[in-house]
Amino acid sequence: MITLGDYLIVSAILFAIGFAGVMLRRNLIVILMSLELMLNAANLSLVAFSRFRVGANGLPDYNAQVFVFFVITVAAAEVAVGLALLVALYRARQTTDVKDISSLKF
Amino acid sequence: MNSFYPWLILLAPFASATAITLFTLRWKTLSSAISITAVLVSFGCSCFIFAKSATVAPEFVWLDITPIFRVPLGLTLDQLSRTMAVLVSGVGALIHIYSLGYMRDDEGKSRYFAALSLFMFAMLGIVFANNFVMLFIFWELVGFTSYVLIGHWFFRDAAADAANKAFITTRIGDFGFMTGILMIWMTTGSVVFAEIAPRMSMFGGHGTFVAIVALLIFCGAVGKSAQFPLHVWLPDAMEGPTPVSALIHAATMVAAGVYMLVRVAFIIQASQTALLVVAWIGTITAVMAALIATQQNDIKRILAYSTLSQLGYMVMAVGLASNNAAMFHLFTHAFFKALLFLAAGSIIVMLHHEQNIWEMGQLRRRLPITFLTFAAGALALIGCPPFSGFFSKDAILAVAYEHNLPIFAVALFTAFLTAFYVIRMLVIVFFGNPRSDSAREGRESPPVMTMPLIVLAILATLGGFAFFTRNFLKLPTEKAPNAFGVVPVLAIIALILGVGLAFALYRGRATEPVKVELLRRKFYFDEFYCWLIYWTQELLAPVAAFIDRWVIDAGAVGGSSRGTWGIGALLRLIQVGNLQAYAFLFGLGVIALIYFAVMR
Repeated sequence: MITLGDYLIVSAILFAIGFAGVMLRRNLIVILMSLELMLNAANLSLVAFSRFRVGANGLPDYNAQVFVFFVITVAAAEVAVGLALLVALYRARQTTDVKDISSLKF
Repeated sequence: MNSFYPWLILLAPFASATAITLFTLRWKTLSSAISITAVLVSFGCSCFIFAKSATVAPEFVWLDITPIFRVPLGLTLDQLSRTMAVLVSGVGALIHIYSLGYMRDDEGKSRYFAALSLFMFAMLGIVFANNFVMLFIFWELVGFTSYVLIGHWFFRDAAADAANKAFITTRIGDFGFMTGILMIWMTTGSVVFAEIAPRMSMFGGHGTFVAIVALLIFCGAVGKSAQFPLHVWLPDAMEGPTPVSALIHAATMVAAGVYMLVRVAFIIQASQTALLVVAWIGTITAVMAALIATQQNDIKRILAYSTLSQLGYMVMAVGLASNNAAMFHLFTHAFFKALLFLAAGSIIVMLHHEQNIWEMGQLRRRLPITFLTFAAGALALIGCPPFSGFFSKDAILAVAYEHNLPIFAVALFTAFLTAFYVIRMLVIVFFGNPRSDSAREGRESPPVMTMPLIVLAILATLGGFAFFTRNFLKLPTEKAPNAFGVVPVLAIIALILGVGLAFALYRGRATEPVKVELLRRKFYFDEFYCWLIYWTQELLAPVAAFIDRWVIDAGAVGGSSRGTWGIGALLRLIQVGNLQAYAFLFGLGVIALIYFAVMR
């Protein structure tokens, strides 16, 4: 039997992997992908909450699922903008390595 | 309806000054006509309210923050102010008319008459003010008009400097005056004379405080009435046109200090210490100015020092708590001193602006009317019976004899000196041989100038008699029985000694036989003040420079600039330029937020 706790553990692991990717990887594309991983970890726990919160009428709590749809929509928009920026940056600098992008440093 | 006349007295000269300044500066004759009409209206209304003994005028409230601060625009109409208004506007009217002759060829005639009208407005404002705020505003306004009129011939350096000196010196006194007014207001909560008087009992038991307040108020009079040690401006003020000297610096404005002291006598008389200081300041001024006058050679300066000396007498009388004697002397002095100045002006014009008495001589032949009127004024000034000065000076001497013998002795000595220097001037100017070409060829002044002289001479002669003056003033009646015989006799002896000595020394002389450098240089007051100001500035300047350079420049201005720069340097240390470091800080921030939002 798979319980709510199992889902949440998987979600936490996914989030940790994503966070580690954002913190440690140098390639902007990979960082962006890691960000998506973190968002989806959150989505997974939201869906799990929805599935395990059944009301008196026998139906799951749809609020959390609606929330997930919004997150997916926003994530799609974010990826579109982020990748566009990335392409523009690459055209200007011929690199996607965050170590080389430090013009704002004093 | 009747009660509006007092306001008309004030507003007529003000309207005249405004009209001349705004519209008629180009038409000199019209300007002088407006100004003279205004002063005659004032004089007429003054006489009218005097005759009617009007006591009520409409009052307006100007500032009202009851109960903290309330300034009405009201008029005091008692016998004192009504008399003073008649005196000021009457002498003023005569001097306006005289000015027609004296200033007839002057370029700035319109400006002159505008300032004269403004002066009449301000001076009558002082006379009628019923509260300290109004009094102070008009007080400053007469100071300003005095400045303008002394500096009328501003293209002469001496006149411009004298105007500055007069203004700045009186400001020193006015600062004390203002402080005194503020202290009165703080303690009694009112600036209206009639409200302060009953509240003076609040000061009971605070002798030092009330003495300080009284002396601060007195500071104003010291500046405006040119008492020692702020007397230095008055002789220099003689750089102005002679009618101005007569009106402002002899008959009215300088007497305003004495008038103010009489008006607020209830404050001065609340402190014995203050009274004593006032009396001695007056005495010192009287004798010092008389001593200086014995060695001056400029006819207007001699008169200026005699004004100082007579003002000293009046202040002395105020200090001896005899307001009636002070006002009596103010009243007679206004006539004979205005007369003396106008007569001197007549001489000066006829001698083409020669003021040195040693360049004159034998003028009694050339200027008979001037001579006779000048002589009447001079006899009144030295207190020769039966001229007016005898009675008023005698009243002051009697009070001094009764209350304070040392002051009486000094005052008597001053009377002797007065007789000496006035007769010296008279002998040198009108007798002997003419000592310059202009003195040989001078002719009598036109009637527009001699008429005011004659009127003033009559007033100066009559002014002392009780049957005339009783209508205007409360005459001093405080003579002690034993003083009645002694004082006039002593005064006449002093007078005869002074006159005799002056005749003996100066009859037939062509140059000064006695030279006393100390008196000629006016006790070195000007030199001392120059030295004082020089060293004050020399010592203050490094301190001010230090504060400017280190506290203001280095501290305030440089400090804020360096502070901004330093905080910026600290803040940019966190701008590492590493995307992942920012993300890490962002994560930490989120954790902190969650901690505070959830765990608390």
